[in-house]
Amino acid sequence: MTEVLRLENLAKSYGQAQVLKDINLTVRKGETVCVIGASGSGKSTLLRCVNFLGYPTGGRIFLEGKLVGREVIDRSGRTEMRYREAELCAVRAHVGMVFQQFNLFPHMTAEENVMIGPVKIRGLSKAEAKARAAEHLQRVGILEKAGAYPGQLSGGQQQRVAIARALAMEPSIMLFDEATSALDPELVGEVLLAMRKLAQEGTTMLVVTHELGFAYNVAHRVIFLHEGTIHEEGTPEEVLVNPKKPRTQDFLRGVTTFRMPEPRIAPA
Amino acid sequence: MSYAWDFNFLWALGPLLLGGLINTGKLWAIAFSSGLAIGLAFGIMRTVPSRILRGIGMVYVEAIRNTPGLILLIWFYYALPILVGVQSSAWLAACVALSLYTGAYSAEIYRAGIASVEAGQWEAARAIGLSYAHQMRYIVLPQAVMRMIPAFGNRAIELAKATTLASTLAFGELLFTAKVIAEDQFRPLETFTAVSVIFTAVLLPLSYACIWLERRVARSGGIVRD
Repeated sequence: MTEVLRLENLAKSYGQAQVLKDINLTVRKGETVCVIGASGSGKSTLLRCVNFLGYPTGGRIFLEGKLVGREVIDRSGRTEMRYREAELCAVRAHVGMVFQQFNLFPHMTAEENVMIGPVKIRGLSKAEAKARAAEHLQRVGILEKAGAYPGQLSGGQQQRVAIARALAMEPSIMLFDEATSALDPELVGEVLLAMRKLAQEGTTMLVVTHELGFAYNVAHRVIFLHEGTIHEEGTPEEVLVNPKKPRTQDFLRGVTTFRMPEPRIAPA
Repeated sequence: MSYAWDFNFLWALGPLLLGGLINTGKLWAIAFSSGLAIGLAFGIMRTVPSRILRGIGMVYVEAIRNTPGLILLIWFYYALPILVGVQSSAWLAACVALSLYTGAYSAEIYRAGIASVEAGQWEAARAIGLSYAHQMRYIVLPQAVMRMIPAFGNRAIELAKATTLASTLAFGELLFTAKVIAEDQFRPLETFTAVSVIFTAVLLPLSYACIWLERRVARSGGIVRD
């Protein structure tokens, strides 16, 4: 399979604090990779580096095989990456991002939220963008709310609009930053189902999540992030069911302290 | 006190006062619209990443905001012509001074309005791939402007009153017209009372419009939709 995203020795620090170190990761076309880990392990920082909402302080990022930025050698002989804002805008337009807090534009309808990118960046006409918005709102099952403002939608509906907004740019990879963490428990399912549908349709996805059930059922690969490094990596079965490293085991023990039998209800 | 109030003479001078009021209105309209435009430019400057632009914005705002309006007018009428060697009219000097004055206050309103838009909005706009100018134009400003409306309303009222400063340059706005009438008729108390009544009558509806808008903006959580 062709590679969509490759991170080489990616590092990010804020002053003295090193949040990410030496991250090596390849995501292939059609693959869903879930990133799990404790708060502060660098999960969100990792996603933010991939679409340059935060600038990496070390390492290289390849999108569809192409190096982002250019390498220069500074006076002390170290190689450093330089990024141009125009190039980063183009990169961001090819990387879809879904935020924990949805961040829909409140002064625009659901449809307008989805249309703005295709119109302003891809240069689609209003009519073309409207058709494209309808297509992607349909994919996440929220076409009937096209004319609603974000303030009139539930959290789950807003998040699905936000997913459609990212999809409408037809990105090569979709990033999800704890997309269900801010939702009422009851609304988590509808968003996860929409995400699973995308994964099944072959969307390339890098998903930061606390929903281990989702990771187990949907991910091709799971990555456990600890103190800014990839601590354990493998199939969902390997990482979530048979973790080898003590730190991964501790994490899973903490998350699954209490269990209950599956409710006797029909699945969605 | 046995002062005999007499407003009757003013009726005959109504057209004169109306002429003054129209000049006040013209000065207000020019200074407010150009002040909003100047304020937009400098207000955005104060929010951009570039330190140089932010510095320029800050110098402008602080220099103008901390100078009495009266001195600005006098300076543009008497001092600037000496420096550039071209005599300006009272009208032009008043327009320029009051525009810059309003611009400095508006810049602060824009800056605060822009700063009030959540970081997540900028991020979401960036994440789609919008350029900085597009983020500002389509995402941030439309939301910020709604929150600025009440503040701009107050500025409009303040400016209307500040136009009377132009009377010191002998520009024929309402207060200057009133001064001339007062001296001519030896009735300053009645004349200036009339001026204050006229100002109140004109500005009261504007005040109420501001209060109404403020309530509407508050009710919709900062978003006015239609």
